[in-house]
Amino acid sequence: MYKLLLCVRYLRTRFIALASIISVMLGVATMIVVNSVMSGFGTEMRSRIHGILSDVVVETNSLDGVHDADRWMKIIRGAGGDEIESMAAMVEIYGMMTYDYRGQPVMKTVQLIGIDPLTKSAVSPDAGSFQSSLDSYQQIKEYGKVVREPLRSADEPVGWELTADAAESRRHRIELEQRYIEQRQWEEKRSQPESGTPDHTDLFEPINAKTAKETDKVSPPDFSHGEEPAVAVDPAAPQRAQLYVGAGLVEFVYTDEETGKTKVMRIKRPGDDVMISTVSAGRPEPVRFHATVVDIFKSGMSEYDGNLVFCNLEELQRIRGMIDPQTKDGAVTSIQIKLKNYDRAAAVVKNLQANLPPGLFSVRTWEQKQGPLLAAVEIEKAILNVLLFLIITVAGFGILAIFYMIVVEKTRDIGILKALGATSRGVMTIFLSYGLALGIVGSGVGVAIGLLFVTYIDNIEKGLSKLTGRKIFDETIYYFPKIPTDVNASMVIWVALSAVLIAVLASVLPARRAARLHPVEALRYE
Amino acid sequence: MPDLLSLEPTRRIMQTTPIAPVHLASIALEKSYRKGDLQIPVLRGVEIKIRRGEFLSIVGQSGSGKSTLLHVMGLLDSPSVGEVLLDGDRIDDLPQKTRDELRNRVFGFVFQFYHLLPELTVLENVLAPLMIRHSMLSYWKRRREFRLAAEEILEKVGLTHRLKHKPNELSGGEMQRAAIARALVAKPEILLADEPTGNLDAGTGHEILGLLRHLNEQEGLTIVMVTHDESLARSAHRLVRLTEGRLELLSDAA
Repeated sequence: MYKLLLCVRYLRTRFIALASIISVMLGVATMIVVNSVMSGFGTEMRSRIHGILSDVVVETNSLDGVHDADRWMKIIRGAGGDEIESMAAMVEIYGMMTYDYRGQPVMKTVQLIGIDPLTKSAVSPDAGSFQSSLDSYQQIKEYGKVVREPLRSADEPVGWELTADAAESRRHRIELEQRYIEQRQWEEKRSQPESGTPDHTDLFEPINAKTAKETDKVSPPDFSHGEEPAVAVDPAAPQRAQLYVGAGLVEFVYTDEETGKTKVMRIKRPGDDVMISTVSAGRPEPVRFHATVVDIFKSGMSEYDGNLVFCNLEELQRIRGMIDPQTKDGAVTSIQIKLKNYDRAAAVVKNLQANLPPGLFSVRTWEQKQGPLLAAVEIEKAILNVLLFLIITVAGFGILAIFYMIVVEKTRDIGILKALGATSRGVMTIFLSYGLALGIVGSGVGVAIGLLFVTYIDNIEKGLSKLTGRKIFDETIYYFPKIPTDVNASMVIWVALSAVLIAVLASVLPARRAARLHPVEALRYE
Repeated sequence: MPDLLSLEPTRRIMQTTPIAPVHLASIALEKSYRKGDLQIPVLRGVEIKIRRGEFLSIVGQSGSGKSTLLHVMGLLDSPSVGEVLLDGDRIDDLPQKTRDELRNRVFGFVFQFYHLLPELTVLENVLAPLMIRHSMLSYWKRRREFRLAAEEILEKVGLTHRLKHKPNELSGGEMQRAAIARALVAKPEILLADEPTGNLDAGTGHEILGLLRHLNEQEGLTIVMVTHDESLARSAHRLVRLTEGRLELLSDAA
């Protein structure tokens, strides 16, 4: 009884002990906040990767792909049984995207994916997650204010139609360009009727100028135009190849010097044309073609947004020569599968591997496909946890030092207790339970502070941003409307318990010293 | 040690008998401290027999080893050579746990500097030996009974008005009376008082001494008091002097 009483009294009267409580508290709170934010980002990242890849991906090992996708899908459905919800066949190939920006050609290496938007949308893990990653379905916010409402309603199916705005601006731009070209031609004719001096502006001539002469000059190997009927077409009609372009390929973030705010500059908008170069199937020959940007694709994963270009599947197959001239069947390089229940993915993958010819395909879940990245994130989190735990350990040494001081200060009391018949074990218990109490209070308050911080993290971020005048969490960089957090109950319990354990361990040494004090010497202590 | 720990209800009779049995005794007690390489002897063969109900005073100059003698006999310290006997049984070689229990049940200590626990109130200080003796559960069950006992003893020493005060709010005499109450609450057989009046003015000192004598006479408590003040010591039954670690008898009132 005296142990508890004295422990409580020491806790209440030794304010120096508060210092060690605070250090435990801060350590615990930091660990909870950092873990929650990290796993929030991790979860968000996983869901974004998952959103692009769907559940299981069957890929051909060659870039030429396989013909007769329907037959393979039938085999997959036979092997996967009831687990398979939907499938989407695609063509994946490397390529290069070229467009000019302020008179300079800009080239980007891209991953070109031929898709059918509807089936692609159907295999995305959450219904509509592919659709909602397209710009025209998104609401655009800047600094919390809505600057643009979604251009399409959510129930409009994904397709390759330009929005009315994009079509209008395309028409307008092409008219301007046409007028400009006509004017140049007229000026050329007037000033240098016989000169053959190359005009440098020709290098960057607008790629939409659809006069026969222009097109031939820009893309001689582009046989797509060879098949076109020679009837007059609407000059403002989009190209046959249509794209969803990753936001990172056509946007950049800059700081407005006047306001100091970060803004997004979009170089190419829906309705603009870009040029894509890739290789044909079979013997790799370079092919290039003009394509119209129909939408901007923004998944939030910079890896994807800076790399992916989605193209209409049939057009990509045609351009790459993947269509069988007899059967008119296009080859595909990958089939994405959405499962009814992702928990059984491993079994499905095993079945598919057994039923598909092994040399031809590789079958992986999205996690296996992104294995190294996910593992890197996990390791990063583990190392950070170790480092943060060291903070709590430091707090433990603080407790040790302060306890030692308190034991020295209480030497005479310990002597008195022993004179009154207290055992060494009893004296030790006082200080151990003192450490336990400090640990419990410290980690309890720490958990409370940590959870409050995580709950109100956006308000805190806003406050700090106001205070420092700099945006700390910039949604235009991360594409998150708010800071993602994910509080894991078992993590919180582990952190709290280990903080308590450290506090108790740190008090063992001072407690042993107290227990070993000789009563007479302790009584004599001044 | 059940026979040692059971309290005899026969004290009063013993006290009035001319030759009461020996209660506490030491045989050839030696104690020396090490200071570096030097062995400093403090007690050099102390033989003393204290009878049940006796009030013994030990005087001596500072450094004569009188406090050490008290500590060794009260099991706070162990002798280098020699034995301590309680009711004829050797107690200084008992296991640590039993000695802790004997300190709690048989001996009551009163110190020169009171040695109250500063964080606890007077009442809590007095209750401390009972808290130490009982487990948390059994203390909790009997807390009312203990509280009454403590209040009764505090009334006896005249501190009823100070129950909720902290030791630093008391005067020296009050602190010493609280310390005596604490020593008595555990109903000890032997009270060991180390200069109980050493820090008090003469009037208060006499008051405290009167309290001790009263306890000795009324309750039959065996008291060993160490002091350097011979005039105070003379009010005891027997007075011995400790010089250079040896005892000599000065007076025997009994």
